[in-house]
Amino acid sequence: MGLNVTDLACARGGLAMLEGVSFSLSSGAALVLRGPNGCGKTTLLRTLAGLQPALAGEIDCPPDAIAYAAHADGLKATLSVAENLRFWAAIYGTSDIDTALDQMNLRALAGRAAQNLSAGQKRRLGLARLMVTGRPVWVLDEPTVSLDVASVALFGDIVRHHLAGGGMAVIATHIDLGLPEAEILDLSRFKARFPQAGTGDFDEAFL
Amino acid sequence: MIALLMRDLRLAFRAGGGFGLGLAFFLILAVLVPLGIGPEPQTLARIAPGILWVGALLACLLSLDRIFALDFEDGSLDLLATAPVPLEGAVSIKALAHWLTTGLPLVMISPVLGLLLFLPSEAYLWLVISLAVGTPALSVIGTFGAALTVGLKRGGLLLSLLVLPLYIPTLVFGAEVVSRGAMGLAVDTPLALLAGITAGAVAILPFASAHVLRINLR
Amino acid sequence: MASFWEYANPLKFMRTTDWLLPIVAVAALVVTATGLIWGFFFTPDDFRQGSTVKIVFIHVPAAMMAINAWVMMLVASLVWLIRRHHVSALAAKAAAPVGLVMTLIGLITGAVWGQPMWGTWWAWDPRLTSFLILFLFYLGYIALWSAIDDPDTGADLTAVLCLVGSVFAVLSRYAAIFWNQGLHQGASLSVAPGTRMDWAYKAPLYTCMVGFGLIFLTLVLAGTRTEIRARRMKALVTRERMA
Repeated sequence: MGLNVTDLACARGGLAMLEGVSFSLSSGAALVLRGPNGCGKTTLLRTLAGLQPALAGEIDCPPDAIAYAAHADGLKATLSVAENLRFWAAIYGTSDIDTALDQMNLRALAGRAAQNLSAGQKRRLGLARLMVTGRPVWVLDEPTVSLDVASVALFGDIVRHHLAGGGMAVIATHIDLGLPEAEILDLSRFKARFPQAGTGDFDEAFL
Repeated sequence: MIALLMRDLRLAFRAGGGFGLGLAFFLILAVLVPLGIGPEPQTLARIAPGILWVGALLACLLSLDRIFALDFEDGSLDLLATAPVPLEGAVSIKALAHWLTTGLPLVMISPVLGLLLFLPSEAYLWLVISLAVGTPALSVIGTFGAALTVGLKRGGLLLSLLVLPLYIPTLVFGAEVVSRGAMGLAVDTPLALLAGITAGAVAILPFASAHVLRINLR
Repeated sequence: MASFWEYANPLKFMRTTDWLLPIVAVAALVVTATGLIWGFFFTPDDFRQGSTVKIVFIHVPAAMMAINAWVMMLVASLVWLIRRHHVSALAAKAAAPVGLVMTLIGLITGAVWGQPMWGTWWAWDPRLTSFLILFLFYLGYIALWSAIDDPDTGADLTAVLCLVGSVFAVLSRYAAIFWNQGLHQGASLSVAPGTRMDWAYKAPLYTCMVGFGLIFLTLVLAGTRTEIRARRMKALVTRERMA
């Protein structure tokens, strides 16, 4: 059980952003992706999640292991907290939403419509959604945006709990998550070099 | 899959879901046409089949951009695409939900509007049948258009431009069923062709829709 | 023997069209001019239609190319979807406006011809209606291309639209025939019902058809070259910015 990425290259808008990205994660480990804006963090995460094809390289990971969470939480404003969770549980073929509700301190809010939640509560609901997927590998894009210090700490606890249960996490972030044990990968190292004009490659890619 | 259908239906019926907009539009059209054309029963009866079909088509068009746009904005489309449900299936369910919230109500209200437009009595049955057979095609084709334009800034207008030409065969055969029914002629040929288009669209287009959706999410 | 697919390489394509394009352009000009002058000035007037019949030398080739352009776009789209050669997608993009204009020429010359012949500029005849629908398909295709920023996404989406659109265009054609049996003459090159067109007309007409085909080829090649350069420029600008 683990996530092994070897020599991965990914592109955005037809342009190579990253190349030669390699890392491996085993059960209970977390990886924090760093790098300046626009360096390809989101692109890498979307490639890991299978939303876009990799240019080259391999992602070695058991099927149906990755749960992806983007900037947006994917919550429906007019549905209640419990309805939102129950929907994703049904989509992922799990049925237990109670554990997630309890762990995220959402039990009291279960009947409230998602549009009436505060930003922090929404983020917690988004994380609860990850828990109901029952997937071991969490791929998170800026999960702590719009969270205050206390909520960031809560988030750290939840990820740690997930890791303790044998899970894994790949997290792109700018700020300190309070996860000292997490490995840090600086993506600016993997910035793709442009192929030189006039070589065979250029003609197909116009570059 | 069922969960997705239930969620989409629930969202449509909740406040702000936009359910009933298409119906209201259909009704307004049936009121505006006599106001523009004049109240003579013969004239209205003559054009009623076409007006009702064009009205149903436009009412359908009205709600198309909601199929994916809302899910795209709040990120659930990304999540749905990474979820363990085949995207082709999710797209079909979306089209089904659109039909249940738009097409089916149109079918049910159409006899009332036929009354307003003096539709000949022989044609009522065929109006309902032709709409019931044809509107699923409108939803499926519309879902394809919505998948093509999801995430585009001026998507709404472009969606109409792309989808309306694709609606032509359905419109021609659907309206033909009603006109022939009104004149007491046999309707089986256009009805069979209409059913053929619906069946073909339902069978094939979800694959195209899912394909373009994946491209748009890339 | 070099593979046909080598020409899908932008560089090879540019090098080949460097010398090919002028030849094709001159050929297009000469053949079309020959055909039109021959058709307009050296053919007898029709005994019933008079000299109005001579608009056929523009009308028929334009209408033919309007359909052929779409077929070419369909083939190019399939090549892009299956083999992912960029030149193919760009050629489809370049062909669309040409096809649109050819459709428009067909419609306008048809109206001009129809006015004296049928006494009306427009009739909801299946053939005319189909062309109007084809016009709408071209508009949608071009609009989709222009709405998408990312060129590869645009190529993918328009290719799928072209495929689906082709199916529905054919369906619309049959729907239009079903809907109204019309007054447009058949495509048998017969001027009046029952009388086949004479060789005195056929020869210049075929010349015009070849000429229009060459015009189409010229414009598509030129358009594709422009698109390739635009892509290259965009890539260079991006490289500047990212470096």
